[in-house]
Amino acid sequence: MSVPITPEAAAAAALLGPEPSGLSVPPGAGPALQPTLFELSRPGRGGGKVAHPPKDALDRIPAAARRVTPPALPEIDEPTVARHYVNLSRLNYSIDTGFYPLGSCTMKYNPKVNEWAARLPGFASLHPFAPDALAQGTLDLLWQLEEALAAISGMEAVTLQPAAGAQGELAGILMVRAYHRARGDLDRTEVVIPDNAHGTNPATASMAGFTTVSIPSAPDGGVDIEAFRSALGPRTAAIMITNPSTLGLFEKRVVELLEMVHAVGALAYMDGANLNAIMGHFRPGDAGFDVMHFNVHKTFGTPHGGGGPGAGPVGVRAALVPFLPSPRVLREADGTFRLEAPGERPSSIGRMRSFVGNTGVLIRAYAYIRAHGGPGLVQVSEDAVLAANYLKHRVAEAYEVPFERPCMHEFIASAAALKRDTGVRTLDVAKRLIDYGHHPPTIYFPHTVEEGMLIEPTETESVETLDAFADALIAIAREAHEAPGLVTSAPTTAPVRRLDEAAAARQPNLRWRPVAGAETPCPE
Amino acid sequence: MAYTPHTADDRERMLAALGIDSVEALFAEIPSSVRAAGLPLPAGFPEHELMAHLAALAAANRTGLAEFAGGGVYRHYIPPIVDQVLLRSEFYTAYTPYQPEVSQGTLQSIYEFESLVAELTGMDVVSASHYDGAAATAEAALMACRATRREHVLVSAAVHPHYRETVATYFRGGDLALDEIPLVADGPSAGTTDLAALERLLADATRPVAGVIVANPSFLGLLEPMDEAVRLAHAAGALLVAVVEPVSLTVLAPPGAYGADIAAGEGQPLGIPPQYGGPYLGLLAATDPLIRQIPGRLVGMTTDVDGRRAYVMTMRAREQDIRREKAASNICTNQALCALAAAVYVATIGPHGLRDVAAMSAARAAELEATLAAAGAPRLFPGPYLNEFAVRVPDARRVHEALLDRGILGGIVLADVEPGRPELADGLLVCATEVTTSAEIAAFGAALSAVLAGAVAGRTGAPAGLASPAGGVR
Amino acid sequence: MVPSDLRFTKDHEWVRVEGDLATVGITAHAADQLGDIVFVELPAIGRTIDQHATFGVVESVKAVSDLFAPVGGEVVETNDESLRATPERVNSDPYGEGWMLRVRLADPSQVSALLDAAAYEALIAEE
Repeated sequence: MSVPITPEAAAAAALLGPEPSGLSVPPGAGPALQPTLFELSRPGRGGGKVAHPPKDALDRIPAAARRVTPPALPEIDEPTVARHYVNLSRLNYSIDTGFYPLGSCTMKYNPKVNEWAARLPGFASLHPFAPDALAQGTLDLLWQLEEALAAISGMEAVTLQPAAGAQGELAGILMVRAYHRARGDLDRTEVVIPDNAHGTNPATASMAGFTTVSIPSAPDGGVDIEAFRSALGPRTAAIMITNPSTLGLFEKRVVELLEMVHAVGALAYMDGANLNAIMGHFRPGDAGFDVMHFNVHKTFGTPHGGGGPGAGPVGVRAALVPFLPSPRVLREADGTFRLEAPGERPSSIGRMRSFVGNTGVLIRAYAYIRAHGGPGLVQVSEDAVLAANYLKHRVAEAYEVPFERPCMHEFIASAAALKRDTGVRTLDVAKRLIDYGHHPPTIYFPHTVEEGMLIEPTETESVETLDAFADALIAIAREAHEAPGLVTSAPTTAPVRRLDEAAAARQPNLRWRPVAGAETPCPE
Repeated sequence: MAYTPHTADDRERMLAALGIDSVEALFAEIPSSVRAAGLPLPAGFPEHELMAHLAALAAANRTGLAEFAGGGVYRHYIPPIVDQVLLRSEFYTAYTPYQPEVSQGTLQSIYEFESLVAELTGMDVVSASHYDGAAATAEAALMACRATRREHVLVSAAVHPHYRETVATYFRGGDLALDEIPLVADGPSAGTTDLAALERLLADATRPVAGVIVANPSFLGLLEPMDEAVRLAHAAGALLVAVVEPVSLTVLAPPGAYGADIAAGEGQPLGIPPQYGGPYLGLLAATDPLIRQIPGRLVGMTTDVDGRRAYVMTMRAREQDIRREKAASNICTNQALCALAAAVYVATIGPHGLRDVAAMSAARAAELEATLAAAGAPRLFPGPYLNEFAVRVPDARRVHEALLDRGILGGIVLADVEPGRPELADGLLVCATEVTTSAEIAAFGAALSAVLAGAVAGRTGAPAGLASPAGGVR
Repeated sequence: MVPSDLRFTKDHEWVRVEGDLATVGITAHAADQLGDIVFVELPAIGRTIDQHATFGVVESVKAVSDLFAPVGGEVVETNDESLRATPERVNSDPYGEGWMLRVRLADPSQVSALLDAAAYEALIAEE
C-alpha cells in the first residue's frame, strides 16, 4: 500500500514555501548550548543580595550539628545568571512559541491574566498557617472553585487538595477503598482498567493496594462491554475509565457500563484528563460516575511549567463525601469560610499533602473559569472538538485514521502503513515535525494502536495553524517515500540531534561532578 | 472568546470541510439520556472586571502583618530575577521534556537543580521533584519499604504533622504499618526524638523496620540527634529518612554527612512564595545504591549522535506510563517550574549568600528568643535550634488572636496543629528569617507584654484586647 | 539461531545444565524485544529461588521486565559485576557473556519440563 498523496495535498505542501530548513541549516545552528552553572562559577563572584550576619550568629549551634565541608555551589554574578537562563529558555519549545499538539496533554494557551492573578501580593504572600480570619479572600476563591468544578462535573462535592492528576487518582481510589471498608465490604481487591488507560491508572490502583485487572478495548476503540462483564464481580472495587477515551472517542455505551458496574456493587472512577472535550455536553456525575479527577493544567489553562506544577481536584458523588481528604474548605452560616480542623471528620482518608493544596495553581484555574463562564466553557469544548475533527480530516489525506467515528478533542493517526512501505516509523515522523517547526504529537500511546500518533490541537489554535501542521505531516509522508533518510535522521534544525538514551541509563550522570562533566566537552 | 482565534467564518470553513452543518453532529455519540444542556455557571467576565474581582479577593486576605509563622514554610528574600525567569514563556508554557531535542532548556535546568540539591544534601541522586515536603516524605517511606522488603516504618512525633498524616494516607493503601517515635518528656533533650524509645521499637524482631523518619530541624525547630538515629536504624537493618530544610543545610550537617539513606524535604524556602499552601517543591534524594528505587523523574547528562553534550530524562522505564501497575509510584506531573525557581534562587544568592541567609535567620531568632522571654514567654524546650522554636504562653490560642489585633502574626498555635498533645498545649511555634526586622521583633515583644498583662488583668475584668474566639482553627 | 543445547521458558529465559549447576540468562529474542538493555538486577549469592518465581529485573530504555527462574535452587554465582558495568552484553552476547545466574539445582527433573530449542523456536515464530 502506498501513501495516498493527493494532488491537493501536494499543492498544500508546496505552499509551505521553501523546502524544510533541515537540509540547509547545519546541525547545532540556532540557540547555542550552554555550559552548566558550575562551569560558569568563579570564586568571589555573585552573592551580595542579603545582609551579612553577625560573626557569632551560629556560635550557639553545637559543633557536632554543624556542616564541616561547605556545599560546592556555583558562584555567579546576576548578569551571568540572567543570560544563562534566558539562553537556556531559547533551547525550549513552548506553547507561546508554537503549536504543541500533544494528545492527552491539552496544551492550550495559558492566559496571561492568570499569571498576574496568582502573583497578587494578597494571594502570594499569605502564609498557609495564617488563621482563617486572615485568609478569607483565598478561602472564598477556593470555595467558589469547588462549586464551579462541581457544576461542571455534576458531582456533589470537590476537594482541591491533590497536587496533580495522579495524586487526585490516588485520593479517589483511596476514597473508594474507604467506602467499601466502611460498609464492611472487605473482599473488593480488584480495580478493572482498560488496556488503553493512562499508566497512572494501574499505578494508582497498585499504590492504593488493589490488584489491577487489565481488559482489552473493543475493535471500535471503545470499552469492550463483554470483557467488562466477565471481569466484574464481587471482588471488583472499582473500574477506572477515561471518557472520552485515550483514543479521543466518547464511550457510547457508558450508561450500560455504569449500570453493570453498580449492579455488582462496585464504583466507577472517571479519569478526567479529557474533560476539555465535553464541558456542557456531558456531566460525569449526572451519568453515574462516582468519582473523577480534574487536571486543571489541561482543561483550565494553567501552565504545564515544563512538567508541573499542576493540581488535581477530585469530585465525588454524595456517597463518597464523608471520605474526602482533609482539610475541606467550609462555608459557615454567616458567610465566612474556614478550614476543617485536624481530626474534625474522622471518616476522611486523611491528608494527601501539606496544607490546603496548590493554591497558586488553583487561583489560575479559577480565573480561567470565571473568564469563560458557563457559555464560554461550552464554546471551549465545541471549538476543541471541531478543531480535532477538522485536523483529523486533513491528516487522513496521508495517514491511516483507525477509527471512522467522529472524534472528540483528539484523535489517533497511525504511520503503520508508512512503516511497512518505507521503513519510516512514527518516531521518525515525530522528529521530522520538529524540523518543520511543530512540536510532535504524543507517540506510541495508547499502546493499542500500532505506530500511533495521538494528536490534540485544542481550541486555541487557528485554522491556519491546523492547516500548516497537516501540510507538514503530509509532506513528511511524501519525504518518507522519496528521501527517507531526511526523516530518519531528523531533527537536524533542533539545538541537539537524537540522544544516546542507552548510555544515559547505563552509566547515569545525574548530578554535576567536575570529573563527570569532563567526559563531554563544555559548550563554547 | 478572549483566548480562542476562531471566527464564525473559521468555524463554517471547518464544518464545511467535514460536511456537517453544526458542531452538534460531533457530539451525537453522547447518549441522549446523559446529554447535558450547557453548564449551570454564569457568563464570563470581561478581563478588566475579572481583574477587579480577583484583586478584591486578594485584598480580602489580611497580609502584611509582622509575621513569625514558619512550620515548614518560611518567608525569605526572593530576588526579582527568579520571577522574571519563571515568566519566560519558553519555560512556563512548555510541557514535560519528553522530546529532548526541543527541551534542552528545561532538561539542563533540571539537571542543574538535581546537582545543586545534591550539593546541599550531600546525597548522590536527586529526583527532579515531588509535590511538596509531605508527599516527598511519603514517597521516601514507601521507598524504604521497597528497598528493604519490610512493611513497618517509624516516624518521629517531631516530624511536621502534615507530613506524618500524609505518610499515613499513603500507607493506607499498601496496608503498611506506621508507628510514632515519642519525644523526650523532660530534661535537656525535651522535645527531641526519644532515642531509647526508638531503640525499643527497632528491637521488636516480629515487626522488622524498613525506615526511620526523623526531621532536622524538627517541626518544633529543635536540632535532632541524627548521628545516633542513623546508627540505631542501620543496626536494625532499617534505612534512615532525614526530613530536611534546604537553607539550613548550608550551616547544619547535611544528611549525606551523617549517613542518611534518603533525604526528603520542602524546597519552598528556596525562592518560592508562601501562597497559602503551594505550589511548593518536594525534595527527594538518596544514596547511589537506591538509584533505581527513587520514584519520579530523573534527568541525566548524555550526548547526542554528534557527540555533543545533551540532557535527557533517564531510567524512564520505571515510571508509570511504561511500567503501569508495577511502577514505583504513580507520579507524573511534578513541580518542575518550582525546581527552576529554586535553582535560579540558589544560583543568584550564591553559596555565601545562602549561608548568610541561614546565619542571619539564626541571629534574628536569637534576638526573638530574648525579646519573647523578656515579655514573659520562655522557650518550651531547652535544646539547640536554628531559627524556629516554641515558646510557652498561657492560653496560647487567645493570646495569638489578641496579637493579630495588634498586627502581629505570632507564629503558630501548636494546640491547633497538634491537638491531643498536652505538652504542646501552651505552645506558640515562632520563627525568624533574614527578612525579619528588629523593629518587628520589638513590636512582637511589646504586643506580647501588653496582651499577657491584659490576660492577667482579664482574670478579674474583661480586657479590651482579648475578644472571644472567632473564626476557626486548623 | 537458538542454541540447541539449551532449555527455555515461555518467558524467554534460557538454562544450560552442567552437572548439578544451571546457568540462566534471557534469550536473544527477549533481548531484541527489550531493546538497549541498561540495567539488570540480580539476587544475592546464597539466596534460594523457586522455579517460576521472579528472581530479578531487566531494564531497557523502553521497558522493565521481571525475570522468572526457569529452575529452582541456590544461587551460587551471578554475573552482577560484569552486567553492572556493561549491561549491553545481554544484547550483544545473550547466551555467553550476557549470562545472569548460576544455580545449584534443587530438583534436576525441573529441567526436563522446559522447552527444547525446537519448541522455543516454534513459540517465538508464533509471536
